[in-house]
Amino acid sequence: MFLREFWHKLGSPKWFYQISTGWMIGFAVAALVLLVVGMVWGLAFAPADYQQGNSFRIIYVHVPTAMVAQSVYISMGVAGIVLFVWRMKLADVAIAACLPVGMMLTALALFSGGVWGRPTWGTWWEWDGRTVSTLVLLFLYIGIYALREAIPDITLRGRASALVAIVGTINIPIIKYSVDWWHTLHQPGSFSLTEKPTMPVEMWAPLLVMVLGMYCFAGYIILARMRIEILLREQRTQWVRGLVA
Amino acid sequence: MQFESMIEFVAMGGHGLYVWLAYGTTCAVLIGSVLSVRIAAKKQMQQLRLVAFHQTRCKREP
Amino acid sequence: MILRLFFSELRLLSRNKAQVLNPLAFLFLGVMLFSVGVPSTVQSNGIYAGAVLWFIVLLTNLLALDGLFRRDYDNGVLEQILCASEIPFMVILMRIFVHWLHTGLLITLLAPLLGLALGIEAHALPVVMLALLLGTPALSFIGATGAALTVGFSRGGVLLALLVLPLFLPVLIFGANVINDAVAGIDNTAQLYWLAFISMVAFTIGPFATTVGLKISVQLQ
Repeated sequence: MFLREFWHKLGSPKWFYQISTGWMIGFAVAALVLLVVGMVWGLAFAPADYQQGNSFRIIYVHVPTAMVAQSVYISMGVAGIVLFVWRMKLADVAIAACLPVGMMLTALALFSGGVWGRPTWGTWWEWDGRTVSTLVLLFLYIGIYALREAIPDITLRGRASALVAIVGTINIPIIKYSVDWWHTLHQPGSFSLTEKPTMPVEMWAPLLVMVLGMYCFAGYIILARMRIEILLREQRTQWVRGLVA
Repeated sequence: MQFESMIEFVAMGGHGLYVWLAYGTTCAVLIGSVLSVRIAAKKQMQQLRLVAFHQTRCKREP
Repeated sequence: MILRLFFSELRLLSRNKAQVLNPLAFLFLGVMLFSVGVPSTVQSNGIYAGAVLWFIVLLTNLLALDGLFRRDYDNGVLEQILCASEIPFMVILMRIFVHWLHTGLLITLLAPLLGLALGIEAHALPVVMLALLLGTPALSFIGATGAALTVGFSRGGVLLALLVLPLFLPVLIFGANVINDAVAGIDNTAQLYWLAFISMVAFTIGPFATTVGLKISVQLQ
């Protein structure tokens, strides 16, 4: 009952704008605290890896960005489904806000991966399975971005990009599996829901902090971008005018 | 603390360049994106104020 | 009704031979250019053959996709199909199927020629054909979605490639791998199953996504 009411309210940009102020501040504070704690912990207090030495510390910025970059794409796919099923205006706002954030995080993950690869594998760039799947993710983002740029009409732009996001999200598991199967140099995934981490707790605890922090950071930026987009789209309505009066 | 001195901390056992490059770029991009969002939000509010200002003036004049 | 649709699509195609022949010419041109470009000191270019064959197949498919809905879009028939036809879904499904016939199936039939030209050994050719047969439907069905979304732009070709090529990657990986393993004489049923699986997924979502994409594109006019 409560959820249903919440869902109906989400249809109103005004309601979302008002309620999201608090969420945004919450995310911002959490992200700041978690990221600072995680970075200091990872840089200074976590033990060095017995094989990779201190270059191992790059994991604390590389893995969170890569994880969140992919989650952002999947949430775009979910927003796309919401747009098609419920015709919710807010879903397109969310897609528009997710795009630049996801692109930025994917590019960052590729960059820090390259920097980590140099001391570990002896090369800045290796055509490795997971590197390729991150690169493909970047191309998927660029595809949606290019499509959005090409369509002037705001409703059609939203529907077209939602369709591409849905098809892309369905394909992501296949792409991931195929490139992993193809060949991989990567160490096995840092976290999985089903297995115990292979790292000792002193190593993965800061990583967990960083991952949570990065999710909060993405939440903050996406919410902030959504609020700007809402103001832009609703500038002719009474409530936005009342906001600045 | 894993490091004995500040110099060791910066050197990162010979991998200092890579570690600091990765952390530096990540921090710079994250901070940059926060700043750009905040500036965009400010601009949007200013724009709205400007529009509202003009509209109230237009209403009064005739 | 399905048969009638099928034959009408075939008739349309027979009136527009360039749509069939131009991509095929491109296919052979691509194979020739690659084979000539490889230094002749390399005894066999067989190690690249799988990747090159699939890469050229992807590009051929992409070229053919651009014309999939273009003509009907330009002269307004597409709008008629979407509004007036009882089930536009079936018409679109047939259109994609016929597209597969004159790209995927035709390429499969020509695969022995292409394979030999690229230096794939004869004993691997049946597997090459099977891989193409199982993998190319995915290209047509995924690609049709991209073609539907980009048909509204006068220069949609690059955008189409940008949208669709990343999604073609799994087909390329498994397809090229199947050929390499077949040449080396290693068991390759797993990859063939994967190709079939990807095609099934594409077949399940492709026609729906294409219909939605066409509806969006028609409104763009």
